[in-house]
Amino acid sequence: MISIFEKEVKLEWRNKTAFNGILLYLVSTIFICYLSFNLKTGQMEITTWNALFWIIIVFANINGVAKSFLQEGEGRMLYYYTLCKPQVILSGKLIFNVLLSVLIALIGFAVYALILGNPVSNYIYFLLTILFASIGFSGVLTLVSGIVSKANNSTALMAVLSFPILLPILLMSVRLSKNAIDGIEIGLMNDKLFTLISVDAIVITTAFILFPFIWRN
Amino acid sequence: MRKTWWKIIGVALVFYTLIAGMLMDAPRLAILNETIRAMHFHVPMWFGMVIMLTASAVFSIRYLRTGNQKFDTYAIELVNTSILFGILGLTTGMIWANYTWGAPWSGDPKQNASAIGMLIYFAYILLRNSITDPQQKAKIGAVYNIFAYATLIPLLFILPRLTDSLHPGNGGNPGFNAYELDGRLRMVFYPAVIGWTLLGVWLTELRIRLSFIKSKIDEED
Repeated sequence: MISIFEKEVKLEWRNKTAFNGILLYLVSTIFICYLSFNLKTGQMEITTWNALFWIIIVFANINGVAKSFLQEGEGRMLYYYTLCKPQVILSGKLIFNVLLSVLIALIGFAVYALILGNPVSNYIYFLLTILFASIGFSGVLTLVSGIVSKANNSTALMAVLSFPILLPILLMSVRLSKNAIDGIEIGLMNDKLFTLISVDAIVITTAFILFPFIWRN
Repeated sequence: MRKTWWKIIGVALVFYTLIAGMLMDAPRLAILNETIRAMHFHVPMWFGMVIMLTASAVFSIRYLRTGNQKFDTYAIELVNTSILFGILGLTTGMIWANYTWGAPWSGDPKQNASAIGMLIYFAYILLRNSITDPQQKAKIGAVYNIFAYATLIPLLFILPRLTDSLHPGNGGNPGFNAYELDGRLRMVFYPAVIGWTLLGVWLTELRIRLSFIKSKIDEED
């Protein structure tokens, strides 16, 4: 498991263009939003700020995390298959994707806050939301990318399949981060945070149960 | 050979719902007035859809455990009927909402959630159509179906309860009691749920048989 994880990190490090590509994608999307709203820094309404932030993060995630299985060649899949159990492979990929997705979200947040202003008042909860949303996103996207890699590898299919099942997690995190921005009472946020965590748990458990079946052939 | 009694019961119950739901005395409530009768047609659609989607997920699990192609056919046809029920549920809901909430689409959490649910299952159909190898199609389809079901449950049953909703039973509103779901309504509503669900199962059974016959013909060719 650790070796798969290491291999992913090394591959990503060597192939920096891919990661830089995601970064550039992130920054340019944010900049496009900034320009098209034609606002001065900090003037955007909080609801819009929040919604736009999560939309950008979701798209960057789909572009970044989705390729986890798509980039594997047929031969390498077979090699992994002889080496270790499917659960091990999934956990290696999953840990890497969670890291990647947290990184995307954090960098995205930094750039976004710099350009469009930063209304967040409760940072702990905002960052917790980012963390658990990223876990959920990468759980869904890793499994869906496994599914799509067995189909005709089309990117359109990836988007269509992952969007609707990403939505529950997305909606939860949008609401939660709105609360964190407004800085309302912590007791009111805990409930939603627990729901988000339990949705994550459902997604990851089902991914672990189902992954061996798509891996086997 | 095949048992027909449940089909007869199903049809009888649906007819009973049509007649009793339209003609029987209904409680007069503010705003709702006579539109309360829509409940016998709108709510059973969702009950039927959820029951059939649950059955479909169960058949997908059984397919993955046994590898029997039969279970996969059950799963896909149940999803097809559920989509029909879902569309009908959305339409009846929009008609009802137009008269009570003032607009066909008012951004109610449950309304949005069910629209997303439809999107999930459309994606499922698309996924199946994009894979050509039948074994592969069945396996990947089953995996996605179970995964979709696992995310649909929080979507339909947990998220709407966290926010304010126009539907009864949400955002701290009491459930059906808000409608004073008294004896008169119950007498039609519960049979309506059973009747519509049986009708849906019958529809599915016909489609399953059709698809078995089709595959048999394909084999003979």
